[in-house]
Amino acid sequence: MDIMNYVWAFVIGGAICVVGQLLLSFTRLTSARILVVFVTAGVILGAVGVYEPLVRLAGAGATIPLTGFGYTLAKGAIEGALENGILGAVTGGVAASAAGITAAIVFGYLNAVIFKPRTKK
Amino acid sequence: MNHETQEQKRYQKRVKEKMPKSHALTQCIRAFIVGGIICCIGQLVHDFAQLVVMLDEKGVSSFTSIVMIFFGATLTGIGVYDKIGAFAGAGSVVPITGFANSIVAPAMEHKFEGYVLGVAAELFSIAGPVLVYGITTSVIVGLIACIV
Repeated sequence: MDIMNYVWAFVIGGAICVVGQLLLSFTRLTSARILVVFVTAGVILGAVGVYEPLVRLAGAGATIPLTGFGYTLAKGAIEGALENGILGAVTGGVAASAAGITAAIVFGYLNAVIFKPRTKK
Repeated sequence: MNHETQEQKRYQKRVKEKMPKSHALTQCIRAFIVGGIICCIGQLVHDFAQLVVMLDEKGVSSFTSIVMIFFGATLTGIGVYDKIGAFAGAGSVVPITGFANSIVAPAMEHKFEGYVLGVAAELFSIAGPVLVYGITTSVIVGLIACIV
């Protein structure tokens, strides 16, 4: 547990969120569209090899933002493609991010069933 | 008629003066701090998985995603994440906890429409597009990797 890991996670993670905030403040993009833009950007940045060094530097600072989800998809698809060809290209992305997708569906469903929405002010 | 528009203009001007300006800079600083903190919590979970649970590299990243999504979904359920979001803006949207939030919030709101077309369908109202574009782009990337 190196303290510098946390400094970089904070700085890079915060910086990626600032990019999102700039899009939110200065464009007409809604937060839903920003999530789509970020995941797609993550896939492309992961594919061209720009995101990998950022993950090595910042750890969770790069993997926790949604671009990191895109990076995992891209990495899985590329590794799958190199191992199993076209079949691997199709299955690799979701296989690599299966934990996140499944957790999102299951915890999302359970929470939505258990809790009641609060009335907005 | 003309008089009315004059009046309206004056009113609009007054509204603009009285309205708190959306401080983009303040909002960016908030997003930076909250986003940074969420990522540090992620790093903590990551280190816990690596050093205490002793998982391998893939296990660590799966473990971290699962735990962070659990946090995001549960904080949304108990109503805390909306409060964080009101302060942090994109700082709470961009991390994977925000993805979990975007799944729980609409599903919870539409519970009155039933458990199939209400909760289950609305789970994907934002997550669906994210998965569609993310997965489709990743398959294209994989196919390109096959050729290159």
